[in-house]
Amino acid sequence: MNPLPARKLNEALSNPKLQLAIYDSTGRLMDKRRAAIEPVPDFQDLRAQANAVKAHTIDNLDFYLEQLEANVVSNGGKVIWCRDGDEAVRFVRELCREKGVRRIVKSKSMTTEEIELNHEVEKDGIEVVETDLGEYILQLAHEKPYHIVAPALHKTRYDVADIFTERLGVEREEVIEKQTMIARRVLREKFVTADLGITGANFLVADSGAVVVVENEGNARLSSSAPRIQVAVAGIEKLIPRAQDLATFLKVLGRSATGQPLTVYTSFLSGPRRPGEIDGPEEFYLVLLDNGRTKVLEDKTKRQSLYCIRCGACLNHCPVYRKIGGHNYPWVYSGPIGAILSPQFHGVTEDPWLPYASSLCGACGEVCPVKIEIPKILLALRAEVTRAKAREGTGKWERLAFRAFAFVMTRPKLYELATFAAALLFPGGAGEWLKSAPLGIRSGPLGGWVSQRDLPPPAPKAFRQLWRERQARKDRSGNR
Amino acid sequence: MSREYILHKVRTALGRNAGQAAPAPPPVRIRIPDAAVEERIGQFCSALEKLNGKPYRASSMEDARAYAETLLAGRRAIASNAPFLAACGITSLPGVASGLTDRLALREACIQYELGITCADYALADTGTLVLFSSPEEARMISLLPPAHLAVVPRERLLTGLDELLSLLPVPSLRSSSMVFITGPSRTADIEQILVRGVHGPGEIHVVLV
Amino acid sequence: MAVVDVLERLGYEVDFPERQTCCGQPAFNTGFRDEARAVADHFLRVFDQADYVIVPSGSCCSMVAHHFAELYEADPAALEKARRIEHRVYEFSRFLTEVARVDDVGARFPHKVTYHDSCHALRELGVKHGPRRLLSNVRGLTLAEMDKAEECCGFGGTFSVKFDGVSGGMAATKIDSIHRTGADYVVSIDSSCLMQLQGALLRRGSPVKAIHLAEVLAAR
Repeated sequence: MNPLPARKLNEALSNPKLQLAIYDSTGRLMDKRRAAIEPVPDFQDLRAQANAVKAHTIDNLDFYLEQLEANVVSNGGKVIWCRDGDEAVRFVRELCREKGVRRIVKSKSMTTEEIELNHEVEKDGIEVVETDLGEYILQLAHEKPYHIVAPALHKTRYDVADIFTERLGVEREEVIEKQTMIARRVLREKFVTADLGITGANFLVADSGAVVVVENEGNARLSSSAPRIQVAVAGIEKLIPRAQDLATFLKVLGRSATGQPLTVYTSFLSGPRRPGEIDGPEEFYLVLLDNGRTKVLEDKTKRQSLYCIRCGACLNHCPVYRKIGGHNYPWVYSGPIGAILSPQFHGVTEDPWLPYASSLCGACGEVCPVKIEIPKILLALRAEVTRAKAREGTGKWERLAFRAFAFVMTRPKLYELATFAAALLFPGGAGEWLKSAPLGIRSGPLGGWVSQRDLPPPAPKAFRQLWRERQARKDRSGNR
Repeated sequence: MSREYILHKVRTALGRNAGQAAPAPPPVRIRIPDAAVEERIGQFCSALEKLNGKPYRASSMEDARAYAETLLAGRRAIASNAPFLAACGITSLPGVASGLTDRLALREACIQYELGITCADYALADTGTLVLFSSPEEARMISLLPPAHLAVVPRERLLTGLDELLSLLPVPSLRSSSMVFITGPSRTADIEQILVRGVHGPGEIHVVLV
Repeated sequence: MAVVDVLERLGYEVDFPERQTCCGQPAFNTGFRDEARAVADHFLRVFDQADYVIVPSGSCCSMVAHHFAELYEADPAALEKARRIEHRVYEFSRFLTEVARVDDVGARFPHKVTYHDSCHALRELGVKHGPRRLLSNVRGLTLAEMDKAEECCGFGGTFSVKFDGVSGGMAATKIDSIHRTGADYVVSIDSSCLMQLQGALLRRGSPVKAIHLAEVLAAR
């Protein structure tokens, strides 16, 4: 079990520069979302529709997977089913060997991060180039993405200047527009000389055998159109039944993610180029990835975690994410969606603290375009954590504490005694007592709590006492 | 085989059997507003302008040609093989290359020239979007590699929005291996959330509605 | 006691069953569902006969109204009891606006206040405009909206203990928002939020006081 990573959490909190960057950027994305939704009076209907379509698709996933496969094949493409990341990686490596691939261009795909594709493929001496600007910067810096939609959220222009000078050997440039043009120039050359392009997929359309990729830069279009081989990697949960469902999903995706009614480019790609078409890939492979999704599918309550369309809205609205940032989460998926996916993929005992890293404020569920009940799932995971701990024999003190809690709370006389005793022990308020308490208690969990706040002194008289006095007065005046 | 393994796991998790049909999905939600051509044009132009694209209402095909000529301003352009472009006389403007069907030659032109000129199969009014299918007439690269893009579109092709497009074309893959929606100039805000246009895709978008 | 005052002034007969203890939320939220259920059983026994159960806390109210059903999923008889009480349990301000149907309780509180939207009340009970309407009719009161009124105060029960740094950070952000309004009081309908906010305010050395809506409405 990984213990609570107290040190890393505090790092983000006490680095004011980073703190501000995360907080401000997510705040801006929140505002953009709100502005994009205002002129859409039936936005809530769209969310309901998106939820209903996803629910139906996930509940009948095998049917739609087979339909998708049939249509991809009839469009001239191939479907590669992969149980896990290793299989997917093996396929790509073998394909590269077979086709003599030396250079790969990649557009942003959380799924490929999930299976660490780049790292593995590079072992064969193949150059893998991330082409999304943020991802490219991070690739040069050897870092992982910070946010599902804005990967380089935590990097300033000065960081970027350092990275470019060091890794590209260019003259130092601190103007953002010029930095972008440097990247454009370098990456253009990669696009036109690459042998293979890898993209992710925002949606897999069953009735069309198509992959839908949304973006703003144009790098996904280039990655999928310039090289002679295209590979799209997607989790099996990305399915939607019909192309017409995009009328719903595209509307909620762009607005929820970045406040755009539509992203600059939406590509609807169904296979290799057709006879007569001038450009486009000659070969098309769709890698369908399980990697634990079938496990998530098993639980009826938590299965809805698979509805996620990776918009990032939950991250932007989460007060915890906004304070601690993406690198404090144990996996590539961060924020509220990460908090419910990680335990389901890796087991609750891997990071047992993760479902608890939430105040259950509910902002995430409120903005989720497909209406995933994130707080409900967090609570279900917490119940699983306590059960797991009971089985393992850990967390004895907490278990005991809540047994005592239940014991006292079901015996009113005992409850009164306990509150009375508490008032006696902490006449100046619990804060005062704890401040003068022995070091052991001050440095424990309660100590932490107290370090953040001063507790007000409790009211001079407990409510019950006041109530009894009040009733007594009433009786007296009634009897007079 | 992984295919059987995965499908089996899915079915077990869902309590479904192989070959079992799926119940009917929720009906698609398609709402097509009623908007006359004038209104659509107005909407399209204002939506595109908001994104820093440049719309232009041409009164005729000659007017469209004149606009393209002004826009060229001595630059070199690569135009697609769309018949409408030839009909407008745009492909015969000085500095405009067209009629290329070889992928590599076309790509080279797209890399070298400053402007790509295409038609569009449809346009969507509410979002200021161009809809392009890859075909013998329209290569993917022309609207992608050059730093500027000019699309010349007959106004009949201007639809109210995505809903109307998808109701006209419920299965776009039947038509082409690639359908792309282009909504404004290429952009990124990956560095400090500062907006920069023209990363990878064209930073300049002109749409002439004829 | 302010809750009682306000309700009695409106003509309601208020009873405080002394056997009551807790709704069980702390246990439920920490993942101890068996323990939570035991406490919920007790709650249901105590309040079985009430016409209405008024709760001066959004989170407790939402526990009873929404989460009891989850606890009793497997027990149809108990689920029935839980469902019956769902409709009778009301967060204090919602009771005033929806059952008593009053916007004005004749209160007087001549101060500048700002209102904090408690998460459970806002998102699970739909409480947003009611308290503001009630406040707007209090004589002498100026309501100054803070930016980020809907942002979580950071309490979250054991969250504030397990993740005290983040919790404190969230509270600090709220305190900044509160200070920007220039208000003397921050009002909320949830005692947990009030405790969190008051603690952080005191730590900051701020003169702003955190008080419950009922206290404002009971003031004369």
